[in-house]
Amino acid sequence: MAVGNPTSTTAYIQHHLQNLVYGKLPAGFDRGTDGQSLILTEDTWTIAHGAAEVSAMGFWAIHLDSMAWSIGLGLCFCLFFRVYAAKISHDAPKGLTNFIELIVEFVDRSVKDSFTGVNKIVAPLALTIFVWVFLMNLMDLIPVDLIPMIFMTAGIEYQKIVPSTDPNITMGMALGVFVLMLYYNLRIKGVGFIKELTMHPFNHWAFIPVNLFMELVGLFAKPFSLGLRLFGNMYAGEMIFILIAMMFAAGAGTGLIGGGLNAYLFGEETNGLLWLVIFTLVCFIARQNLKDKISTPRTIATVLSLLTLGGGIFALGGGLMQWGWAIFHILVITLQAFIFMVLTVVYLSMAHEEEH
Amino acid sequence: MNINLTLFGQMVTFAIFVWFCMKFVWPVILSAMEERQEKIAQGLAAADQAIQDLAVAKSSVNNQMQVAKKEAADIIDQANKRAAQIIENAKKQAVEEGDRLRQAARAEIQQDFNRAREELRGSVAELVLVGSEKVLQKSIDDSTHRELVDNLAQRL
Repeated sequence: MAVGNPTSTTAYIQHHLQNLVYGKLPAGFDRGTDGQSLILTEDTWTIAHGAAEVSAMGFWAIHLDSMAWSIGLGLCFCLFFRVYAAKISHDAPKGLTNFIELIVEFVDRSVKDSFTGVNKIVAPLALTIFVWVFLMNLMDLIPVDLIPMIFMTAGIEYQKIVPSTDPNITMGMALGVFVLMLYYNLRIKGVGFIKELTMHPFNHWAFIPVNLFMELVGLFAKPFSLGLRLFGNMYAGEMIFILIAMMFAAGAGTGLIGGGLNAYLFGEETNGLLWLVIFTLVCFIARQNLKDKISTPRTIATVLSLLTLGGGIFALGGGLMQWGWAIFHILVITLQAFIFMVLTVVYLSMAHEEEH
Repeated sequence: MNINLTLFGQMVTFAIFVWFCMKFVWPVILSAMEERQEKIAQGLAAADQAIQDLAVAKSSVNNQMQVAKKEAADIIDQANKRAAQIIENAKKQAVEEGDRLRQAARAEIQQDFNRAREELRGSVAELVLVGSEKVLQKSIDDSTHRELVDNLAQRL
């Protein structure tokens, strides 16, 4: 099994960190497997199998999974908010409308706190960033193996469901903000922006190169700080989920959250099935408990015995650790979404100020 | 960790979503919320106004009540005074009437008394004369003694 076998452990992690890539393989690339060679005669646009093909594609590739999840979540945000925006009436808000208003008000307050200028784009931008990044981060809380496993049964080899663990996504947003920063810097300050870059902090013509270097580093640090911080945090969180899932699921082959894919990947297909059955049972029992049809001590006892029977105590430990980390991670994902939003607002605010 | 076309894909997506949010989400929600805020503020102001109005109305009612009470008290007072005065007048009149009646009665009594005395005087003089005549048949001169008896009768 996975723990005893370093190759499969590495393979498991690598598999998890591999995007579903659609890109251009250059002519002359060898797509063969198992010693057989299959040399491409011309440039081919195709879905990559494995890391080697991805690196051969280089820049001319697109992460289908990241884009799909990111666009899907963005659409969720837009449609959800749009539908409820139309529902908001002058009467007392109720239900989800209340929730929407809570978020909008929170964002509005944050923007008013840190943005001094007048700009119609900043508040909607902040709202989009906050909710969208939060939703993308939220995907991290879905059990790591669940969706990739479902996709694998459907025949799709790789699936990375947390878009914010893809630097392309985070840097894409950060660069979007960067473009806005440059635009407003130039529009508000005009020549003053060039002056700021060249005559600051040392106001003398002889220091122009030094100033330019320092200011440009400061300028470019902003999008990188935005994008890479989010990426780093989410990537690390995802990594820990993968590690916990692997470590604890390995011994038993089944568990509440992790390990199903593990078993599925490395033979022992019965384990995968067993995992599915137990997962369904546990969900069912938890639901019955929520409906007050089974008392809590009995629920715990049943779940424990189910896990012991089907997955062993290690799987239970893995499950508990997953829950623990997930609860902690809820803080992280919210905080990261909030930081991304606030930093965006602050950077744009700086772009609007004449002197700094 | 490959940087590739996804970067630009995400930038475009980002721009589209921000545009959508700016156009169709943010203004709608915010304007609705602002309208409601205004409505609530108006409602609260109206409530304040109503409370003030109520206080004003209460105080005016109080004032009117006091005025009315004072008027009622005055009226009662006046009525009492008037009643006392009427009673007083009636008493005075009664006393006067009584006095008058008494005086009249007294005068009548006096008259009766005087008349009776005159009558008595006349009768006494006659009686005395008759008596005296009988007693002193011869010796008495009617005319000389008549003056004497009349004087005597006069003194009665």
